[in-house]
Amino acid sequence: MAHEALAIQTENLGRVYTIKAIKKGEAKQRVALNDVNLEVGRGEFFGLLGPNGAGKTTLIKILTTLLAPTHGRATVAGYDVARQAAQVRPLINMVSGGESSGYGLLTVRENLWMFGQFYGLDSKSTYRRVDALLEIVGLSDRAHTKTSDLSTGLRQKMNIVRGFLTDPQIIFLDEPTLGLDVGASREVRSFVRNWVDERPDRTLLLTTHYMAEAEELCQRVAIINAGKVLACDSPANLKRRLQREAIFRLDVSPLRNGALSTFETLPGVRKFVHTPQDGKSELDLILAEDGAIASVVTTLTSHGAQILNLQKREPTLEDVFVDLVGLSMEQAAAS
Amino acid sequence: MLQTFNRSFRTAAWLGWQVESNWTDPLLFFAFSVLKPVSSVLILVFMYHAVAGAGSDAPIYAYIFLGNAFYIYVGAVMAGTSYAILDDRERYRTLKYLYIAPIAMPMYLLGRAVARFVVGTLAVVITLLVGIFFLNVPVNLLTVDWPLFGLTLALGIICLSFMGLALGAWTLTIRNEPWFLGDAVAASLYLFSGAIFPITLLPGWLQPLAYGLPVTYWLELLRRATLGPNAAAFPTFAAWSNGQLLAALTGLTLAFGLLAALAFRFFDRLARERGLIDAQSNF
Repeated sequence: MAHEALAIQTENLGRVYTIKAIKKGEAKQRVALNDVNLEVGRGEFFGLLGPNGAGKTTLIKILTTLLAPTHGRATVAGYDVARQAAQVRPLINMVSGGESSGYGLLTVRENLWMFGQFYGLDSKSTYRRVDALLEIVGLSDRAHTKTSDLSTGLRQKMNIVRGFLTDPQIIFLDEPTLGLDVGASREVRSFVRNWVDERPDRTLLLTTHYMAEAEELCQRVAIINAGKVLACDSPANLKRRLQREAIFRLDVSPLRNGALSTFETLPGVRKFVHTPQDGKSELDLILAEDGAIASVVTTLTSHGAQILNLQKREPTLEDVFVDLVGLSMEQAAAS
Repeated sequence: MLQTFNRSFRTAAWLGWQVESNWTDPLLFFAFSVLKPVSSVLILVFMYHAVAGAGSDAPIYAYIFLGNAFYIYVGAVMAGTSYAILDDRERYRTLKYLYIAPIAMPMYLLGRAVARFVVGTLAVVITLLVGIFFLNVPVNLLTVDWPLFGLTLALGIICLSFMGLALGAWTLTIRNEPWFLGDAVAASLYLFSGAIFPITLLPGWLQPLAYGLPVTYWLELLRRATLGPNAAAFPTFAAWSNGQLLAALTGLTLAFGLLAALAFRFFDRLARERGLIDAQSNF
């Protein structure tokens, strides 16, 4: 048995996918997780933050017993996920965002009741919980609607109720607000936060590529990219890594490549991210000190760029990611 | 353990029935579940009359008719069980949520087969009634050996469910066109299990395959139970008593049960190693 105080523990966990090639003997391997070491305490709200393709979903699949690791070991509630899947399953649940799962010809209430049955809940308490949770997420007026008649957002809400219905000791939320509009996302975050507040002994692992979501909800965050955990700490401590630096955002007229290459050697510029926008360029800069902004402005002016907006701001988790990876989340996902 | 088996099976049977019966258009449900299999048998009957030119009093007529009528169960139960995996994975996208639930997946799949059995039974009964009352199939409902029929039917359905379970587990690991598997196996068994002709007509080197299939003994016993002494006109198992046939069917059912359990374990592990539990197939 693993450490009792830990809800989740991974030791040198790795996963390699073999991708079959069209021609024989040309199979390729893709490393999805690379020696991941994590410890999540019981009762912790833990976040995995990284761009698409970083390995977040792969890690969740392993922890929920859906996928076998290639090497290393993972335990959930003290049980080995590869060898003791049957012991892990009654204690966990999972919600994935951005998909329309559920039996379309069953009503919302029937779908949820059925999953309650699979978890061994009696009908009476299942219906009681279903009705209470539907009320909380604002879906009670759709309880008797067929799932196929629900919008994507409402289906996702039903899916969230399914995940929390069984009151799991450990719940895995894989991009739960993906594809939801702003209002629905806010409601989901509020529901999740309240659930954790009311049950301090429950553990929640959330994967997201929304910085604000991780910052708002999680006690600790692991930043993951290309299958590797780059940093793991509380959002405040992660941002403190950049407390000596100065963070600026500049909107300037469209930049030429020459100007960008100058930044790479400009004294005081630690990291920069250039995001071309419609009719302008957006520059996010991590500078060694405030004074370095003067040489940035001079350089921009010398390249004929017009400064539209200059703003100094507090570091965010996005800046931490840029500092660690050298790319924005969007760029890292595309690379 | 028993509680897990019970709730997995019971809830899956409920779900299966909702999926199979909850058609928005009852006419479509009737056409798909009953008319299609009945039509297949009728086509064969008319082909028999046209090609063989023989009447309905020839023993082979009842042989073909009954073989095809009961073969409906093979498609419904065996292929149907494997379809449950595909339905949940591809159409409803629920397989991963079922997989992480504390259920016994094999019992879940067997539960899903119950509804297929019920719908299959509807088609079989209608086909038989049409045969008896309109197509001169020589079955007398008063002389049917009902205990033998019931025992054989139950054993066969259990065996078909086991075969479906093994197929379903295999399906888990197939990414390209996994839907073909159930149909392909059902079609192969159709040729080798004596459904449309006695297996003695097969080339000698293929006959051992037919003798190794439980469906062969199952169909023979169902014919004997429904036709009585008339079934003796078919020479294949003339030297076998009902008890011997039942013993063979029971033995093969147990063997396929073991095979299904092993196959499920093997393919389940393979699917988890390859990350295919929640994969979408390339179709």
